[in-house]
Parts: sequence; C-alpha cells; structure tokens
Amino acid sequence: MAEGGGAHSPLEQFEIKGLFPARDHGEIGTLDFTNSSLMMVTTLVLISAFLILGMRRGALVPGRMQSLAELSYEFIAGLISDTVGSEGRRYFPIVFTLFMFVLFGNLLGMVPYSFTFTSHIIVTFALAMLVFTGVTILAVAKHGMHFFSFFVPPGAPVAMWPLLIPIEVISYLSRPISLSVRLFANMLAGHTLLKVIAGFIGLLGVFGILPFALVVALTGLEILIAFLQAYVFAILTCLYINDALHLH
Amino acid sequence: MPQLDPTVWPTQLFWLTLTFVALYLIVWRVALPRISEVLEARQRKLDDDLKKATALKEEAEAILAEYEKMRADAQASAHQELQATHDALKEEAERETEALAAKLSAQTEEAEARIAAAKSAALASLEGTVSEVVVAATEKLIGVKAGGQEVARVVGDVMGSQVKGEGR
Repeated sequence: MAEGGGAHSPLEQFEIKGLFPARDHGEIGTLDFTNSSLMMVTTLVLISAFLILGMRRGALVPGRMQSLAELSYEFIAGLISDTVGSEGRRYFPIVFTLFMFVLFGNLLGMVPYSFTFTSHIIVTFALAMLVFTGVTILAVAKHGMHFFSFFVPPGAPVAMWPLLIPIEVISYLSRPISLSVRLFANMLAGHTLLKVIAGFIGLLGVFGILPFALVVALTGLEILIAFLQAYVFAILTCLYINDALHLH
Repeated sequence: MPQLDPTVWPTQLFWLTLTFVALYLIVWRVALPRISEVLEARQRKLDDDLKKATALKEEAEAILAEYEKMRADAQASAHQELQATHDALKEEAERETEALAAKLSAQTEEAEARIAAAKSAALASLEGTVSEVVVAATEKLIGVKAGGQEVARVVGDVMGSQVKGEGR
C-alpha cells in the first residue's frame, strides 16, 4: 500500500471502509456495515428485483425484463443439463444463486466509485469453500467409502499409485484455491490495471487521450471478464457436482 | 494490499453469509419456482396450440377430401349426362338422315316412273304420227294406199324393238 505521495494508490479502491459506524480499516468490527456490505446488499436487492419484478406479470409473450430473467434461468438450466445431466436439477438453485451473485458483484464493481466485493480473496474463498465442502459432503453421502476411489485414476497400474494418489489428492484439495484465486485475481488485476492507466490521463496532458481510449476499451473487456468469470465459476461448480455424483 | 488484512475479514464473511443465504432463499423459494411456472405454462400453451392446430389440419384435410370426392362425382355425372345427350342427338340425326334418304329415294322412284310414263306416252304419240307419215309417203311414192291397220302394226313392231334396244 503506497500511501502518501499525493497520488492515489491503484489499490486504494480495494480498501474496506466502515459506513455505519464510520470507521477506518483496522478497527472495523464484525457487524459493521462497510462499503463491501453495501455492495453485497445492493447485489441482493438488484437480483431479487431483476428476478421477481421481471417475472411479475408472467406474461405468455415476455417483455424485455422477463426475457432477461428467463434467459438467465435457461442459461444456467442448460449449463447444468449439459455438464451434470438430469440429476443436476436438484442443485439448480445453488448454482443459479452463485452465478447471479458473482455476476452482479462483478458488474456492480464496474460502476465508477463503487466497490467490487469479488476482488476480495476472503469473499471468493468463502464461496469456493462453500462449493468445495458441499460437493465433498455430497460425494461422501452418495458413495460412502467408495468416494476415495476418486483419487485413483482408472486403469493406472498399482505400481504408480504411490505417485498418483498424492497428486490426485493435492489437485482435489487445491480446487477451492484455484476457484477462488481465479475470480479474485481477475477482478484485482482488471481493476488495478484500469486505475493505473487512468492515472496517466492527467499526467500526459493532451496526450492523455491515448490512455483514456485505452481505459474505455479495457472497460469493455472488463465487462466481458465480469460475465466470463461468473460463467467459469458456475461451470466449474457444475463440473465438481458432476464429479461428486459420478466420481470418474 | 487491503485484501490481505485479516481485520476486515470477519465483517465481509458476516455480510457475505447474510446476503448470500438471503439470496439463496429468495432464489430457491420465490424466484425460480415463479420462472419455471411461467415457462411450463408457456410450454403447455404451445403444446395445446400445436395439438389444436393438428386437429384443425386433419379436419381441413377431411373436408378437402370430401370436396374432392363430391367434385369427382359431379364431374362423372356431368360427363355421363353429356354422353347421353350426345348419344340421343346422334341417334336422332341418324334417324333423320335415314328418313330423308327414304324420302329422297321415293321421290327419285316417283320421278323415274313419271319419266317412263312420259316416255311411253311420247312413244305412243310418235307411233301414230309415224304411221300417218308412212301412209302418206307410200301413197306419194308408189301410189298405193296402205291399210292404216297394217302400217300401224308394222310401225309398232319396229318402234317397239327400237325402244327395247335402247333400253338395253
């Protein structure tokens, strides 16, 4: 954290600030309402409004908002039936919630002066751990002790087991890390890059038009990444559920 | 990096849990059932309408087949009638032709009879005249007054054979 020196640090945008009560970081209590909490609650309200108000009329021929709500429903329904199959329908609500929560969190972070809660590793790690523990419990509940055969690649010679099993176990245990770091790092890098390039606009005077154009272009890219990372999070969740249900 | 400051983790975890669980409950209990209900209703309506359309199409096809049959029947009966009329007209024409031919031949025969009568009448009157001429000629040439009866018989013979010869 490069504090002082007048210029804003590109990382300052990730600072957690207490709103109710107004407190600086370092003295924020567990129940304090912060800028992060504000964006989470906004996400909750927006998704609820999007889904419930959009479907309010339930028209046979949908309007714009209803089409979007139905589109998101069918998108995730299609994702689950493609990766998991018909057994995946039970997990539709949780996958849909994860997708919408991450997507709206990412997109809301693109609003200037807002805050991106998905750029915090603790949030993405908590979501990834939710998926990881859920999927592991599901697999053990379904297959019992047979679940541990998951760590033995099918068809591998027994002589290779001492080498392969640790690799499989490590790769399984690193799932929540890769899942959370992927989302966190994408959001962190994107927002930092935007801030760094935006910092050049003022410094270059008339030539500031160049970094400005770049910022505009990168904003478009970031919106794409916001969608993409939410999609990746959802599809990996589906793949893990599929692994839990079918092992290999 | 503010992300790695553990003092801001509890509040984020607390609010994340609160909002995520609330969102999950809303999505699971309220939003998704509503969407699937609407989608199912639409699917039902589509299936219904398709079924109705299929039924109507079948009905229309039945009506079309019936119409085709009626048309074919009407065409057949019209054809039959036309044929009957045609035959009747043809028959009548033949009959008329026959009657006309009969009438014409009768008239021809009558005309021939009349001609023959006229001819024999002409020959008969010619015989008388010839006899008179023969009588007068013989008297003038040889001074013999031939008997009228005799001359008439000879002339009749000659003329008769001539008439017969002409007839051949």
